[in-house]
Amino acid sequence: MTSPTPAAMAATATATDVDEATLRTTARLVEGLQPSPAVWSSGLRKRYGRRTAVEDVSLEVGRGQVVGLLGPNGAGKTSVIKMLLGLVRPDAGEVLLLGRPASDPAARARVGYLPELFRYQPWLSATEVLTLHIRLSGADVTARERQACLALVGLAERAGDRVGGFSKGMQQRLGLAVALIARPELVILDEPTSALDPLGRADVRDIVLDLRSRGVAVLLNSHLIGEVERVCDRVVILDRGRVAAAGTLRELLGQRELRLRLTDVSPAAHRCLTAVGSVERSGDWFTLVLPPDPADPDPDLGTGTGNGSGGAAADVVPGLVAELVGLGTRVHAVEPARISLEERLLGILRAGSADRPEDTR
Amino acid sequence: MTTRLSPPGAGAPPSAATPSAATPPATASGRLPRARLGTVRTVLTIAALTLREASRRRVMLALAVLTVLLLTLSGWGFSRLAAESDSGGLTTGERLLASSEILNLVMFGLSLIAALGTAFLAGPTLAGETESGIALAVLARPIRRSAFLLGKWLGLVAFGSIYTVLAGLAQCVVVKVTADYWPPQPASALALLAAQVVVLLTLALLLSTVVSPMASGVVSVGLFGATWVAGVVGGMGVALHNESMEQVGAVSRIVLPTDGLWRGAMHGFQDPSVLLQLSGGDLAAFPFLSVSSLTGVYLAWSVVWVAIIWALAATSFQRRNL
Repeated sequence: MTSPTPAAMAATATATDVDEATLRTTARLVEGLQPSPAVWSSGLRKRYGRRTAVEDVSLEVGRGQVVGLLGPNGAGKTSVIKMLLGLVRPDAGEVLLLGRPASDPAARARVGYLPELFRYQPWLSATEVLTLHIRLSGADVTARERQACLALVGLAERAGDRVGGFSKGMQQRLGLAVALIARPELVILDEPTSALDPLGRADVRDIVLDLRSRGVAVLLNSHLIGEVERVCDRVVILDRGRVAAAGTLRELLGQRELRLRLTDVSPAAHRCLTAVGSVERSGDWFTLVLPPDPADPDPDLGTGTGNGSGGAAADVVPGLVAELVGLGTRVHAVEPARISLEERLLGILRAGSADRPEDTR
Repeated sequence: MTTRLSPPGAGAPPSAATPSAATPPATASGRLPRARLGTVRTVLTIAALTLREASRRRVMLALAVLTVLLLTLSGWGFSRLAAESDSGGLTTGERLLASSEILNLVMFGLSLIAALGTAFLAGPTLAGETESGIALAVLARPIRRSAFLLGKWLGLVAFGSIYTVLAGLAQCVVVKVTADYWPPQPASALALLAAQVVVLLTLALLLSTVVSPMASGVVSVGLFGATWVAGVVGGMGVALHNESMEQVGAVSRIVLPTDGLWRGAMHGFQDPSVLLQLSGGDLAAFPFLSVSSLTGVYLAWSVVWVAIIWALAATSFQRRNL
């Protein structure tokens, strides 16, 4: 083997320096960029025979975001989730998971999934099921972490028991542990509380909030609207395979109301009320529809701000009450109210039915 | 209301793949072995899981009980044959002929047990898991479906082959002890018996990707039986010089190689002198005696057949919506 010439060595050294410098610059640039969303899908479509299950569904789950998937039975929620995970082949559309095409199995390396139909090998113990999933995910998870994961879902005492002897609720808890075990950056939960008691539901809520605090993205499909309203940053509503509405809770629930019980309402006081928003009167009760506050586009609504006292209402209400009192109106009660997600969901779905009568089953 | 999303940040790479100055991005040649390692790990994990399932679902226990029953019965039968021979009721040639034929008959029983066992294990292990939902959580892991299928297949092959070889060897020992008969080519005969099981379980695996677990077991065992009957009909065709009947056996052996491999196995279990005692035509009519050993071409066809059926199973499973 001949030794390299000085010129060749200099050329190699220069090339190495350039490569090193380029690499460092690139690394700095890359570190400054926003990471790709946890889930990005566009134009998903799926047909089973002549029935369209999913039509042109596009959705996005940002890193560390909790997104709720809502919709009636047969809306295509589970089909969308299965297409994201490569369990169902879409007829059209694209999916990226954690920045990689979903067609590449490696895209699922940091994805945890609790299926709607949760069943695990009945001939294995809970610990063995977790060990199997750790091996398949290729994650480096210690026995202590495995035990801690089982303890988190309340199965520490049953770790060595065969899954075949578990109740449905316990199997769902095990499914949650399976979804969480391989250090996921994205967790997809399909009806995670369908078999759980109220205590179990509270546990799931705490787990989802904990995941969000650790920057783990969650896609949550649930029929329990209250559950979604409590933990989700954004909501996607599906109806008959299409996205009927999507946005933050503030965007979806932007309309808020104020109920007032007033007497001695002069025409000037009435004008004062109508200047703020549309008014409906029922005896002494006045219902005032307040507009959403444009100066507060995306507040943190994930902590259950269901009292309607923030944003526009906070600014408008005290001034309005002072003005009414100044005009000689007697104010007996002021009750801020907000349209619930359930009311909004039902409104969207009913509007959808009215718009497309020909689509009805 | 549907909003088509624009692609995520043009330059935004996945955070998991974010390179740093200390860790340069993996080259294509560096990524490939890791991916292969992952596939090998998946295949071995699923194969081990399949074997554990067979053990924990008491399939092994059930097969062991059936085998012991069959070995005991055959041991008693062979001891009676030896007693008859010792008392002068049978010539040495007749004893060898009877031993060969009964050994082949018992081996057929064993292969039937193995066929039933593996076919009814192959169905539930794949179709059952997809039907019940067990496969959902597993296949949502970063694994290829073909690797999952290969793992299942390897586990079943290991299970079926080990059972066939162990049970067959035990049967040979029983015959040696009771009737002092040892087959001329036990190793190749047992290997062909195991190959027959592999052919059947590959078929069951293909069927389980398209039909229900029970249907896949029933259809594959039914086809196994039908091919055996077609083989017997073909043998009678040879004896009776009926070309059409001969064709039935020949075609069925090509379409499903279980019967061809079984006849090759029988040839290895039976004493060569049997062929001298009976003329070719008469011999062909015996369902538990084989005229000739297998050709290399037929063995190659069997391997190709298994590869084709496995590839079809993998394609069907890959396209399946879970």
